[in-house]
Amino acid sequence: MSRRRAEQPVVPPAEFTSYYGKPILNQPTWASPDIPGYLFLGGLAGGASLLAAGADLTGRDVLGRTAKAGALTAGLVSVAALIHDLGRPARFLNMMRVFKVTSPMSVGSWLLGGYVPAAGVAAVTALTGRLPRLGAVATAGAAVLGPGVAAYTAALISNTAVPAWHDGYPEMPFVFTGSGMMAAGGLGMLSGLLPGAGPGEAEPARNLALLGAAMEAAAFERMEHRIGMVAEPYSRGRGGGYVKAGKALAILGAGGAALSRRSPVATAVSGVALILASAATRWGIFHAGLASAADPKYTVVPQRQRLNERTLAASRALDAD
Amino acid sequence: MSADGQRTVTWLPEIRRGGFRGALYGDTDPADLCGYPDHPPRMGFFTDTSVCIGCKACEVACKEWNGVPEDGLNLLGMSYDNTGGLGADTWRHVAFIEQRKPVAAPDAGVAREGASDQLRWLMAADVCKHCTHAACLDACPTGALFRTEFGTVVVQEDICNGCGYCVPACPYGVIDQRKDDGRAWKCTLCYDRIGDGMEPACAKACPTDSIQFGPLDELRERADARLAQLHAAGVADAQLYGRDPDDGVAGDGAFFLLLDEPEVYGLPPDPVVTTRDIPSMWRHVGTAAAVMAAGAVAAFAAATLGGQR
Repeated sequence: MSRRRAEQPVVPPAEFTSYYGKPILNQPTWASPDIPGYLFLGGLAGGASLLAAGADLTGRDVLGRTAKAGALTAGLVSVAALIHDLGRPARFLNMMRVFKVTSPMSVGSWLLGGYVPAAGVAAVTALTGRLPRLGAVATAGAAVLGPGVAAYTAALISNTAVPAWHDGYPEMPFVFTGSGMMAAGGLGMLSGLLPGAGPGEAEPARNLALLGAAMEAAAFERMEHRIGMVAEPYSRGRGGGYVKAGKALAILGAGGAALSRRSPVATAVSGVALILASAATRWGIFHAGLASAADPKYTVVPQRQRLNERTLAASRALDAD
Repeated sequence: MSADGQRTVTWLPEIRRGGFRGALYGDTDPADLCGYPDHPPRMGFFTDTSVCIGCKACEVACKEWNGVPEDGLNLLGMSYDNTGGLGADTWRHVAFIEQRKPVAAPDAGVAREGASDQLRWLMAADVCKHCTHAACLDACPTGALFRTEFGTVVVQEDICNGCGYCVPACPYGVIDQRKDDGRAWKCTLCYDRIGDGMEPACAKACPTDSIQFGPLDELRERADARLAQLHAAGVADAQLYGRDPDDGVAGDGAFFLLLDEPEVYGLPPDPVVTTRDIPSMWRHVGTAAAVMAAGAVAAFAAATLGGQR
């Protein structure tokens, strides 16, 4: 047994007891870049499918083709990352043995099972120009499933005992969809630079990116503020580094997107910065979760505080009788 | 409760009666909840650490019976604990804690003057808790983890695809992935033995009956009596851990009598099954997805109304 003092005293008592400083939780086996990449690409794909559907409805061909290609690529790579991360990749199809609402991984597997084929048909028909009616149906299908693909990964990581992930569950889906909008918006902005792009081709993408950046920042801020000491890993260490990089890139990208609409160079830099900002945030959330699982402090201190409060309330109730 | 094994309850009516939350949180009989029509009583472990002598016979018997591979021959510098903690290749783990603490000696008859200043050595054999609401089982996307008719939680190694989701889901740090194998492993409460009326290997090997196996109802009664006995003898810190059906996992199938706070032994003081919050998580996911779709509509509307095209 060891007693130790946390580096910086926070709201609950900073002193806590542990078993030789060892973590309470077993460490997630998920690896980088597979899983943070999966979180990032799911958001990018979901946002891109929304852009693709909107582009088709408003006659923006270049944006539509870019978004569809991006959605399919992101969807395929994310599935590949998920399979690569399995301990037994050959058994991937066991994901389809059951459907369980208590397991976001199960729900997500079925979601991706519908989404990726839809995004695939949408992209292939758009790029080849064949079967436009089927393409329209697939584009609509991918747009319906896309937001789910972007958002469910928040439940995936929150439905664990990892303190920084679980405690943030109310805001995490908004961080993730905001981040996905930002990344897809950044990708869409780049389409405005392609040959054949009309004036205003990428304006919706720019708007989506700005909305997404604001949403991600606001939800993240709210989450960190609400969960207290458990949020420490989001501002410290490796996770904190990625989160800070993500914020800086988002400010750069959003600033560029808002202020320099006419400059192709600024548009290109902003678009890339917004995509990287989304990725950095996911990497930051991933590593912050690992850090919060590795330190028994984040498991013991909030639980001990909760338990003490309950004991105190019970003894008060007893005294009152 | 179904100690008589007669009540027939299936999962869906249970949900209709108790609401979806009833299936995820709160006191219940897990085998009833899973729809076993005619099942044996819920079986479990009561590990009374006050009589553990740290012999590790449980660790050895578990490894031998279950064919659990070697998990490193290490000297960890943690008293006599050279195993470290529960994992894929350690299904029973004996913790050793050396502490100087002013405590009453358990046996008042032989307590000496000044005995309270002496080193106290705590030993405890940790194991999978076989939770009433098991997060590992809820999280498993393949159905590899399942609830047995005894109310225990077991991994089917021919199904598990090594996604690793059960590992961070467990609030106790029990289940883990075996690196060279890729799959998740943990205590089965010797499903193969108890089905044949035998007790699990660790309980069989325990020389002091620190590890007791039996119907959970009986174990709880026995534990309550033992706790009362220790409290009467002046061991004020003695406490039951995982016994309470009203706790965050609705009680453990394997519970403990501890002589200090749970975190001293590396146990979480107030664990909660993560899936208690899954209905709320899905509601937030749904809202966030709807907001995202609305954001896209707004982004196109603004571009159109803004006269950019």
